[in-house]
Amino acid sequence: MILTVIAGGTLFTLMGKNPLEAIRVIFLDPIFNDTVASYTRPQILVKAAPLVMIALGLSYGFRANIWNIGAEGQYIIGALAGASVGLALYPSEAFWLLPLMGLAGIVGGLVWALIPALLKIYFRTNEILVSLMLVYVAINLLSGLVTGILRSPIGFNFPESRSFHALASTHNDELIAGTGMHFGVFFMLGLVIFCYWILKRHIFGFQVTLSGQAPRAAKFAGINPNLMIVLCLGISGSLAGLAGLLEVTGPAGKLTTTFPVGYGFTAIIVAFLGRLHPLGILLAGLLMAITYIGGELAQFMIGLPAAAILVFQGMLLFFLLATDILVNFRMRWNTQSKNRSRIARPS
Amino acid sequence: MAFTLPIEVAAEPLKVGFVYVGPIGDYGWTHEHDIGRQAVEEALGDKVETSYAESVPEGADAERVMTQMALSGHKLIYTTSFGYMDPTINVAEKFPNVKFEHATGFKRAPNVSTYSARFYEGRTVIGHIAGHMTETNVVGYIASFPIPEVVRGINSAYLAAKKVNPDVEFKIVWVFTWFDPAKEADAARALIDQGADVIMQHTDSPAAMTIAEESGIYAFGQASDMAQFGPTARLSSIIDDWSPYYIERTKAVIDGTWEMTDTWHGIKEGMVAIGAFSDRIPADVQASATAIKEAIVAGTMHSFEGPINRQDGTVWLKEGERADDGVLLGMNFYVEGIEGDIPQ
Repeated sequence: MILTVIAGGTLFTLMGKNPLEAIRVIFLDPIFNDTVASYTRPQILVKAAPLVMIALGLSYGFRANIWNIGAEGQYIIGALAGASVGLALYPSEAFWLLPLMGLAGIVGGLVWALIPALLKIYFRTNEILVSLMLVYVAINLLSGLVTGILRSPIGFNFPESRSFHALASTHNDELIAGTGMHFGVFFMLGLVIFCYWILKRHIFGFQVTLSGQAPRAAKFAGINPNLMIVLCLGISGSLAGLAGLLEVTGPAGKLTTTFPVGYGFTAIIVAFLGRLHPLGILLAGLLMAITYIGGELAQFMIGLPAAAILVFQGMLLFFLLATDILVNFRMRWNTQSKNRSRIARPS
Repeated sequence: MAFTLPIEVAAEPLKVGFVYVGPIGDYGWTHEHDIGRQAVEEALGDKVETSYAESVPEGADAERVMTQMALSGHKLIYTTSFGYMDPTINVAEKFPNVKFEHATGFKRAPNVSTYSARFYEGRTVIGHIAGHMTETNVVGYIASFPIPEVVRGINSAYLAAKKVNPDVEFKIVWVFTWFDPAKEADAARALIDQGADVIMQHTDSPAAMTIAEESGIYAFGQASDMAQFGPTARLSSIIDDWSPYYIERTKAVIDGTWEMTDTWHGIKEGMVAIGAFSDRIPADVQASATAIKEAIVAGTMHSFEGPINRQDGTVWLKEGERADDGVLLGMNFYVEGIEGDIPQ
């Protein structure tokens, strides 16, 4: 953090901005600024919700060495599946509509995640590649559908679906007036606690960690590796799908070709920043959300260009991960003994 | 030496915010809006304080950015992309004391005005040039979204080209983005592969211009002049000039005379300008293109003047009839002669 602030401050100084002010605007104003913070504080939670939900799902797979890189795709398909259910039933109003759409979102994300899972089990394909490639399939599917059958008849040919805010029963509305905090925020908080419990108290949390750290030992303990693949990818897919549905019925309001903004990829960073620990993920998600919102403030309050903020976010991640390695490993520059590991070994 | 204090205590400067869909360095759409912002600063000096947020995605993020601007004391906010329409209306409802100006939209409110330019008039001029300049008789067109504004541009350019070159054919690629240099470049390459030797675009980056330069064909600048990206390829350009409008509207807020309006200005009012002609355009074509421009300004000519048939052959405009703005604003059909379908 401190390193980022120093390097970022140097960057901002070089750009002719007051570095202290820039850093204050990015990190503190979203929480403490008199005029905007009453709005941005809950918005931080809203922005963090999909990130944290997806990252929590991913953390199981990452602990078990099962790499789901395609959460973005599962997020899109979840939104698509849930939204399609809502649009198919348009314009009916019923209390069960949003829950049903949520279920469809979960199933959508689940199915999309099970494709790489089953391919891995039966054909030993690499889940990293398959899940990543399916992101692009999902993006094109989304474009095809919103310019096709899901396109709003009242949208002047624009590639977008009907608004889910128009009907009360498809609107994932704010639950506390004026805050924008929708179901997703509360799901996020509940999930953090639940995942914490699973990790610490439930056998599944142990099995996941064991499969990742000692696959052979896990086999001897009777853990079916194929089942682990299905569960880990399934959980992350379902949560990504649900996050997508909550986003499309909530803040986004409708499906558009610009609906995916990379939450599925950012969530990978959030998961690692949070060290795959539920509480850490929550904090990491909030930190990311703060830099997004603070970055917007910095643009129009002190005229910092958007690209500089991206660089700053990149630095933050780089320094966090780099110091992580330096804290956990000791660097040794050893040119004499070639047999021993040269760069990093546990200290 | 003492400063003479102004007699009147200067009022707080008006805070004016701009929300951009692309980066200000796109050298196209957003670039021109930012030039408009700078013109406001220059013209109104210390009476205004402007700020902007760039590359703001259309949707939830846009709504948040606008809310933050309104909360932080901006009293006038320009939202410069069609996709900001619903967010603008939503935020305007929460801040009745803040004025909003939304570009290219059609939803208004007591504190939301809309403004747009008759880009299609510019298309008539460059369509005329394209019709003369193409040797393969294939004009490539990079289209963004199948909304009336874009369809109108295609029709307008095609009609003008067809008038001077009956054999001309338009190839249209839909890229479904306003700003994505990689996609725009791919579209340009695909069009060149299909034989296009003149490229027009309705997207924001100069990517297609650079491809045209590399391939030795012609192209037109869009929104911005783009001359530096295609010194030999560029024939002319359609330039959006938002400065007069922005200055006028910002001044109106300062003077307290701002009212909700819907503005649709063209070449005559200066919101649409035609960039300088390249030397590669023969003198007689330059002269006829200038004549068209002047006729549009004088009102003796209209981009859509009958007889014009729809793509399916049915009559749209009878001899001498001009299209009314209502039809133009909702245009979702091609005119006769254009091949292919509008993505539905």
